[in-house]
Amino acid sequence: MKKVVTGNEALAYGAKIARAEVIPAYPITPQTTVVEKIADFMADGEMKAKYIKVESEHSAMAACIAASNAGARTFTATSAHGLTLMHELLFWASGARLPIVMGNINRAMGPPWSVWADHLDSIAQRDTGWMQFYCENNQEVLDTVIQAYKICEDKDILLPAFINEDAFYLSHTSELVDIPDQERVDEFLPPYELQLKLDIDNPMGFGSLVMPEWYMEFRYKIAEAMDRSRKKIQQVSKEFNKMFGRSYEMLDLYRCEDAEAVFIAVGTMASTAKEVVDTMRKEGKDVGVARLRVFRPFPVDEIRELAKTVDFIGVMDRSYSFGYGGAIFSEIKAALYNSDYKPIVKDYIVGLGGKDVTPKVLEKIFTDGLKVRTKGLKDKEIEWIGVKGLGGW
Amino acid sequence: MFKTYEDLPLTPITNVSSRTNKTGLWRTFKPVIDYEKCIKCYICWKFCPDVAIIINDFPQIDYDYCKGCGICANECPKNAITMEKEE
Repeated sequence: MKKVVTGNEALAYGAKIARAEVIPAYPITPQTTVVEKIADFMADGEMKAKYIKVESEHSAMAACIAASNAGARTFTATSAHGLTLMHELLFWASGARLPIVMGNINRAMGPPWSVWADHLDSIAQRDTGWMQFYCENNQEVLDTVIQAYKICEDKDILLPAFINEDAFYLSHTSELVDIPDQERVDEFLPPYELQLKLDIDNPMGFGSLVMPEWYMEFRYKIAEAMDRSRKKIQQVSKEFNKMFGRSYEMLDLYRCEDAEAVFIAVGTMASTAKEVVDTMRKEGKDVGVARLRVFRPFPVDEIRELAKTVDFIGVMDRSYSFGYGGAIFSEIKAALYNSDYKPIVKDYIVGLGGKDVTPKVLEKIFTDGLKVRTKGLKDKEIEWIGVKGLGGW
Repeated sequence: MFKTYEDLPLTPITNVSSRTNKTGLWRTFKPVIDYEKCIKCYICWKFCPDVAIIINDFPQIDYDYCKGCGICANECPKNAITMEKEE
């Protein structure tokens, strides 16, 4: 069934057709319409789940953890200050190996108070042990919810994931989305089975204390599972493609094969960047875009492969780590340091707090990249783009 | 028993409930109720953070789990609970 839906509705439809059974909900702009839509589904009798109205996002994640530990498929959604309030519980979810799936609407952290697109909220959850997906359009949002459950619940993985969509660019913008039939989704996604679960008739202790001689061993198991998830993400994408005719790469390459300079984009910015690539290609400028779809696990092999054929990688970071550069810039450089191919890598800080990243802005960045490719970096390894008073942009 | 990380379960789980963990062993001082003074107001039961006070007409301390925090003794309006050093 094709329907015109917003990104937030796509998340809600995803939770519904994935048959999420427990929905702890706490509203925050611009996430609210996700849990509103799920409440509508339930009121209309279209979705059977337990809807828990909690008092904070910290409690929302605590409820997800308990429900998932009891063997229920859980879903929640949040944004910015909500996600960061969950921070402590995010570690618990991954440490307890619970395949919780969550939507996060990428929104800036205050102050200054802002409700607009920015990736700092999710980037700051890098080390929590959650897989992180970043979507380009509403169809991908819905498809990723279905895929995420299949990846997370695999017995070789058993880790949580959150799916990011840019505030307003996706959350409140309507697009035509194909919503797969329930029977087909049921065929693709079997029910969630947990071996050892919370059971009042057979009480056990969960999340027990471990002495120093065994702590690292448990953490190593998480590290291994996260490493295995790279293959699993690709495998599930292939299976999904076979069934539903849509596939997604961890690193989505657009006209990179013969490019002299490649630019890394995340989320909705990638669509604009692909347009700009087409325009500049017509002018004989060999640029390409690589959209980073998965930030955790980090697609190290794909980045190293890309580096073999280009002399310059420009990273458009929609977040900044005060003290040194955007996170994706740092990770890409880290991935390349021990590889044989080391293109110049430059960081462009763009679009913080929803500042529009227009084709004009991207064209200037791409032109700068081509120049740096031949003339070298000089002193500007990291550049903030579009800041009033900085000049040149 | 476990030899390598591969033998471990995915996450630390104990196959017995936490009831087997008798936290009363942590105690340095133990609360003792003077039933001559007790008026059965049950304030000690309300305040006990460890559910270690059992009401059986009069309140009774469950020494298997009481950690000896002394909140009951502090809250008792009749000073009927005293904290005595464990032997």
